[in-house]
Amino acid sequence: MSVSDQIVDSLVRNKVEFVTTVPCKQLGDVIDGCEAHPDIMHVPSNKEDEGMGLCAGAWMGGKRPAIIMQNTAIGVTVNTLSSLTQFYNMPLPMIISYRGEIGERVAIQAEMAVHTKPLLAQLGIQTYHFHEPDDIRDLDSILNHTYMTRKPTAVLTDSNFWGGY
Amino acid sequence: MIRSDIIKTLIPVLKDELVVCNIGLPSQELHMMGDQPSNFYMLGTMGLASSIGLGLALTQKERVIAIDGDGSILTNLGTLPTIANNVADNFILLIIDNGSYGSTGDQATYAGKKTSLAAVASACGCDTVIECQAEDTAATLQAAKDSGKMTIIVAKCESGNIPVPVIELDGPVIKHRFMEEVKRKNA
Repeated sequence: MSVSDQIVDSLVRNKVEFVTTVPCKQLGDVIDGCEAHPDIMHVPSNKEDEGMGLCAGAWMGGKRPAIIMQNTAIGVTVNTLSSLTQFYNMPLPMIISYRGEIGERVAIQAEMAVHTKPLLAQLGIQTYHFHEPDDIRDLDSILNHTYMTRKPTAVLTDSNFWGGY
Repeated sequence: MIRSDIIKTLIPVLKDELVVCNIGLPSQELHMMGDQPSNFYMLGTMGLASSIGLGLALTQKERVIAIDGDGSILTNLGTLPTIANNVADNFILLIIDNGSYGSTGDQATYAGKKTSLAAVASACGCDTVIECQAEDTAATLQAAKDSGKMTIIVAKCESGNIPVPVIELDGPVIKHRFMEEVKRKNA
């Protein structure tokens, strides 16, 4: 089973019923999988901070939310992560395509790649890095931990995890 | 009429409703004039009141009223296509349009110049968009509630502010009492 299918399966298994996405090429199959699955309400966002607002509403509406986005979004959403997700103690799993790591072919992607982990660390966000396809085995536990702690969590999935470009 | 005059007229119409209110003075005015546990005061993320409101409306059955401003809608203009394409008939977005960034000193917004937010909302695909004058806002909101249709209201008013105290509630307290109301109303 592809890692994309395993991600969707894990979301469903953990009763994640509301997913918002901003596309990345690597995430295409996950986004399609969320759109197709009857147990997931998929609401695409135009920008990641908007998506985090949707997720905050979904959480307060009684559903487990998640956002799927590219790592460049961390630069976009610093205030939202701090002033919405963290200020109100809301859980938010962020499944993030980690562009600009080894194997990247587009040089500009490395610019935000080098800032991604420092920004997450500065924000005090619990962060996990999936480098091998087998790292997917931790996703169930990470989702569970995220809702238990009522905190945002970053899952960085790099090129090697996806099997290269 | 200025925004605080509109909010004063809205208090009876908002009673016991799930309300998501915009950052800054709108939340402070609502808190001062009509605090209730079913108000969610969004204190720090300009532009996201409508997104939070839509997410809430899509995931439970009770009606949600998001109170936003013209400046905040312009900050998160991408919200309007998302609303238009994910119809929730239990959702009302009330944009109080005073043509200015009220909380930061009444700097002019483009909505007070050539840009019509009602026209933008319609162009984005929102099916029911109503522009009204300030004094008609409460009646327009009541009619939108009665219609059972997702409605975007743009209420035009004058720029200006009144002195209001800041909200000293902690974020998790605001969230907790709000979520208890969501649960109670959905039970």
